Order: sequence, then structure tokens, then C-alpha cells
Amino acid sequence: MGLFHGDDPHAHTVRTGGPLRVGIGGPVGSGKTALVAALCRTLSGRLSIAVVTNDIYTTEDAEFLRRNAVLPDERISAVQTGCCPHTAIRDDITANLDAVDDLVERFADLDVVLVESGGDNLTASFSKGLVDVQVFVVDVAGGDKVPRKGGPGVTGADLLVINKRDLAPLVGADLDVMTSDADRVREGRPVALVSLREDPAAGPVVDWLLAELEHHRAHTAGAAPAAAPHAHA
Amino acid sequence: MTAAPAGVAALLALADQRLPSGGHVHSGGVEEAVRGHLLTDGPTLRAFLHRRLLSVGRVTAGLSAAAVGLTAATVGRLDAEADARTPSPAQRAASRAQGRGLLRLARAGWVGPHVDLVWADLGARPHHPLVLGCAARAAGLGAGEAALVAAYLAVTGPATAAQRLLGLDPVEVAVATLDLGAAVDAVAREAAAVALAAAPPTGWHALPDDGDPLLDLLAERHAARGDRLFAS
Repeated sequence: MGLFHGDDPHAHTVRTGGPLRVGIGGPVGSGKTALVAALCRTLSGRLSIAVVTNDIYTTEDAEFLRRNAVLPDERISAVQTGCCPHTAIRDDITANLDAVDDLVERFADLDVVLVESGGDNLTASFSKGLVDVQVFVVDVAGGDKVPRKGGPGVTGADLLVINKRDLAPLVGADLDVMTSDADRVREGRPVALVSLREDPAAGPVVDWLLAELEHHRAHTAGAAPAAAPHAHA
Repeated sequence: MTAAPAGVAALLALADQRLPSGGHVHSGGVEEAVRGHLLTDGPTLRAFLHRRLLSVGRVTAGLSAAAVGLTAATVGRLDAEADARTPSPAQRAASRAQGRGLLRLARAGWVGPHVDLVWADLGARPHHPLVLGCAARAAGLGAGEAALVAAYLAVTGPATAAQRLLGLDPVEVAVATLDLGAAVDAVAREAAAVALAAAPPTGWHALPDDGDPLLDLLAERHAARGDRLFAS
């Protein structure tokens, strides 16, 4: 299925100036951190990127990103969520806003800030006050009923990523059911079926993100022209 | 029954834990107290909250009440008074982080505290009680109300953290804070009276300065941990 089917998916509000803020949410173990690592690995050569992590115990995901050396330490910021990761990205986003503001202050040239939520459940979603667009990551091993069950992440995210497609035969999951169920509840918003293990460059997600960045730049008042070299794959 | 005085709705909003100013990621020492098995159940929570009210609650109530009358010329002095009453660097950082969060909200909510002060005068990371006092002033409230919100938050923030960390019965936790109601009122009343009697800025040395070495120690030990759920 195509990534960009349907009408203009850019219904989100565009903030004035600054980097594109991308929320990455999804259940525990679905591959959020692996996706963040993949995006950094693929894009950090041509874009200025920073990451905010929201882990249960603060630094687990940040440490993973550091160990894998996908970004310099100072571009990764970990926030505490007070035992409540969902609150920190939706109901009271203060700690995350502070982390984003600090990164923007430190790196004036930032193109993209990735905000990775703590592993939560299917009802998690990001506040528009915190991110411009959001990705929701589910995985095939979580069961092929997940897209049908829906929830704000599955139905409302700007991009739904179904990860670990390579595991489908092993867990008896039907990929066609997953994508058609997702299409049914997502009203034309894109779905990317990936295997971050087999495609560590996260090709379809990178393409989506670059298109969103271009849109963000074009619609951001007072922003610098899109001088950074970024060719579409 | 008499009608509620003007401004009560604003008072309730400022004291509401759902106010998005970042308080929910701070436990006020509860996480470390739970780790150390000092806080384990309803009775130990009650003791902890009462102790915190009589130290942090008194201090922040006094500072918040004083901040209602803040001017651009006296911000630095009250900031120093707050530092002097907050010996733990971790607690200072927690106070300034929450001040920053409340300032973001206050900027969006009110043009400024009053004619002699603009939000920028407070700096980027003011102590939470300073912002709280200014927000109270902006909302048309006085020193008594500002002190009341500060004293109340000194109890309710940690109470919620304990509920999350220990899985306590929410009703038991709510009753613990309700039972502290009279003590919260008294702390706020006394702190506001001191603040109103003090001639700013030199009189501010008389503001409540109760300390609690246990809370300081908990804050410092907590800040040194790599695996924490709460920011403080």
C-alpha cells in the first residue's frame, strides 16, 4: 500500500518557526526506540536532530541511543514522567516542553526534534501543544487485532507504523488484515508496514518524515528557506 | 451560608493539580522516602505530609504571600530569600523547574502580574513560590490566597506521588489531605500575616524559614539516582 494515499493529511496546526516536533508513541516493545535510532542513523548526516526520551526509569532509552552512538550525547535529553508517561505527553506536557526548549536553545540549527513517549497502551497520544505530527508504532507480534481495536494512537496518529512484519508467519498474524483494518479506522491517513530488523534505515518512515519536514518549512512563518539538502528517496 | 468571596474560582484553578505546570513529575521527596522504606502506608504518609507542611509548606506559603507584592526592584531579593530557605541544591532545582512551568502558563493566562512588574522581570527559571504569588496577584488574589495555594500544594503533590508509587487507596489518600485541612489553613494564615507585616524587601528576613534536614537529605539522595520515576 502507498504511504501517501488519501487527501492532504496535514490537518495539524503548524507552530511558528523552530524545528519540526515529531512524537513517537506506542506500546512497550513495539520498536519506538529502534525507530528513533533508525531515523537518527539515516538522517543525522543531513539534518540537525535532537531526541527527548520519556522512559519509565528516566535513562534506559537514552542510554540505548548513546550506546548505539546514533547521536552525540548532548542531543539526547531524558525527562522523568512521575510514574505516568501518558500524562507527560498529553495532560501536562511541561517537562517535555522544557526539554525541547532547552535543546532548541542549545542547537539553533535544529531541523527535527523527536519526542519518544514512554511505553504506554493503545490510548496514548501526544498533545498538539508538544508535537506537530505524531507516529504511533505497533508491532505484528502484539497480535493482528491491534489495528481493529483502535484507540487514539492507531486511529489518529499522522503515521501508523506496523513494525516486525518479518515475524508475521511466526506468530500467525495476517498482514492484510492488519493493514485493511488500519485503513478502515484511519480515514486515509498513512500506514507503513516495516521491519526495522530487515530495513534498519526505516525507508518508508524516513520518506514520510522528510515530506512532513518540507511541509512544515513551507508553512512555517518566518522560517528559513529549505536550504538543507534533503532529497526524497 | 455566605457566598464565596470574589476570586475563589481562580484560587481553585491555581490549586488544581491538573493545572499544567509540571508539578506531577515532582514527588517532593516521596519517591526517595518510599525507596528507603520510611513511607510505606497510610499512617506514614500522614506523618510525612504533616512534616512537609510544617517545613516546605510554611516556607513556600511565606514566599508566595510576599511575592504578591513583588516589584521589578525586589525580585532579586526575594529570589535570594528563597535560595536561603532551600539549602538542598536538588530542591532548588525542583523549585525553579516548577517555577518555569508555572511561568509558561501564567504568561499565556495573564498579560502581567501588575503594572509594576512584567513576567520577564522574573527571569527564565524563578522559584515556584515567586511565580505563584505573581500569578495569584494577576488573578486578583491576595497574600492569604497565595499562601493557601502554596501550603496546599506542599501536601497534595507528594500525596499523589505516594498514591502512584504505593498503590494506596485513593480515598485513604484524599482523607489524609482533608484531615490536614485545618493545619494547611493555619500555616497559610500565619505565613501570610508575617508576609503582610514585613516591609519589603528588608523585612523579608522575617518570612518563615523552617527547615527539615530529612527532606533535604531525601532530595539530595534522590537527585543522585539514575533510576528515578520523578524529577524530585
